[in-house]
Amino acid sequence: MQNIIAIFKREFKGYFNSTIAYIFITVFLVLTGWLFFRSFFIINQADMRGFFAILPWIFLFFVPAITMRLWAEEKKLGTLEILMTLPVKDHEVIFGKFLASYAFLAVTILLSLPLPITILYLGTPDKGPIIGGYIGTLLMGGAFLAIGLFVSSLTENQIVAFIIAVIISFGLLIIGEQFVLFSVPNWLVPLFSYLGLGSHFSDIGRGVVDSRDIIYYLSVILFFIFLNMRTLEGRRW
Amino acid sequence: MIRVSNLTKRYGNNAAVDGISFGIRKGEIVGFLGPNGAGKTTTMRILTSFLAPDEGTAVIAGFDVIKEPLELRKRIGYLPENAPLYLDMGVLDYLNFIAEIRDIPAGERGMRIKKIADLCALNKVLKKNAYELSKGYRQRLCLAQALIHNPDILILDEPTAGLDPNQIIEIRELIKEIGREKTVILSSHILSEVSATCGRVLIINEGKIVASGTPEELSNRATGKEKIYINLKGQREAIETRLRSMSEIASFRVIEENGGELLKYEIESNGDTNLNEALFHMTVDNRWVLTELRKEKASLEDVFLQLTIGEK
Repeated sequence: MQNIIAIFKREFKGYFNSTIAYIFITVFLVLTGWLFFRSFFIINQADMRGFFAILPWIFLFFVPAITMRLWAEEKKLGTLEILMTLPVKDHEVIFGKFLASYAFLAVTILLSLPLPITILYLGTPDKGPIIGGYIGTLLMGGAFLAIGLFVSSLTENQIVAFIIAVIISFGLLIIGEQFVLFSVPNWLVPLFSYLGLGSHFSDIGRGVVDSRDIIYYLSVILFFIFLNMRTLEGRRW
Repeated sequence: MIRVSNLTKRYGNNAAVDGISFGIRKGEIVGFLGPNGAGKTTTMRILTSFLAPDEGTAVIAGFDVIKEPLELRKRIGYLPENAPLYLDMGVLDYLNFIAEIRDIPAGERGMRIKKIADLCALNKVLKKNAYELSKGYRQRLCLAQALIHNPDILILDEPTAGLDPNQIIEIRELIKEIGREKTVILSSHILSEVSATCGRVLIINEGKIVASGTPEELSNRATGKEKIYINLKGQREAIETRLRSMSEIASFRVIEENGGELLKYEIESNGDTNLNEALFHMTVDNRWVLTELRKEKASLEDVFLQLTIGEK
């Protein structure tokens, strides 16, 4: 546990040691804020459905940018050799890194809270979907992070890590979308809609936090962390 | 302290390390010498449990690299090739991070870091960021990282690569000082480095150990005999009769004759005898004038060339 904390602290601080983190947060907030307020006053409805609808597509590009460096940079610099010869278990390093990127994402999301506060001030929104939306955001974000972290362990090139993570996330996101579901054979529809990263998110976004959705996201996270452990072991064989 | 037997690591069909066996006693400084790509780094990566061997075993301080890597890692300090560092971290932050993972209690960390910073001469740069450091300081910071938990065994992969001559001497001194209490393995493709710091040398080529011994033993092995060059003033015939009669001398030949008076000889000895003294007495007894007496040993370089290129 102490090792996870040590690695978590190093990685988390690492985000803020570079200006990239601040640029990242600023761009995220400006982009989401603009997309939100662009239609907010026209529709004149006090809810955040528009915000949460667009979020998976923003995550598609933002989350891989958070995770791309986590392993690739260690490989490129050669620091992996020191890290993996310290007395730490493989899974401690993975969880430390995963939780650090999770915390960074959480901070970014936390900074978007002025949006719901503004809505609460301007109108009387239904609070359920907003709270549900944020819970869903954190769960979905975790799944995106686990994918990105795993992909980062496959290469020493951060750009390659970014692109492959976007492709995999895009694939998982799009199979749950309506237009894909229309075009696949009927017997595949339940499977695809279950596997889609976005479909569970919109369920939670309605304000209904179902345990099945939580289990889905946790399984995606654990699955990719498991794959990550395999790639790390693969180094030794 | 370190027991390696029949270690093999393959990349595809290519064996990077091919059935290496050796043992290292406590307190030894051992050098791995070999051309680039000989398998030095791979061997070190296996010893530090970064890589697993395909065959064979390595036991360090009683712990097997495959079965108990965590216990083994606690007892090893490792400086990988090129001294990799997290460039976005501060020097002090970095040492704190390593100390934390190395299980040094929070109360002792400050003291340990101070001690190690003194030893590695890092005090001037403690407040800097790693990316601001020169190559020499990076090397020392990485060495400090390897020493912070006071390990019994140090594994240093090319510790002086890329440094200037002053820095090389500093690092060598540091390694010698550390080597008084610890078992050290270092690798290099620079011969003078190994002969300057190591008590024993393993020459590795194409994944195999081709020779091992002290630097002196290896040099002697190269030619078997030592060569002595003398410049003498005297009568050629008298000198040669005398040389022929000396049992310590295996063979001799004139390599230069200067106006009949000054003669240069190359003399090969018969092994370990003290030929220098015998030659000195010979010249004094006969009142010949000795202007030069020089002993030449095959350098480690000769051994290295013979073993790594000569065989092909």
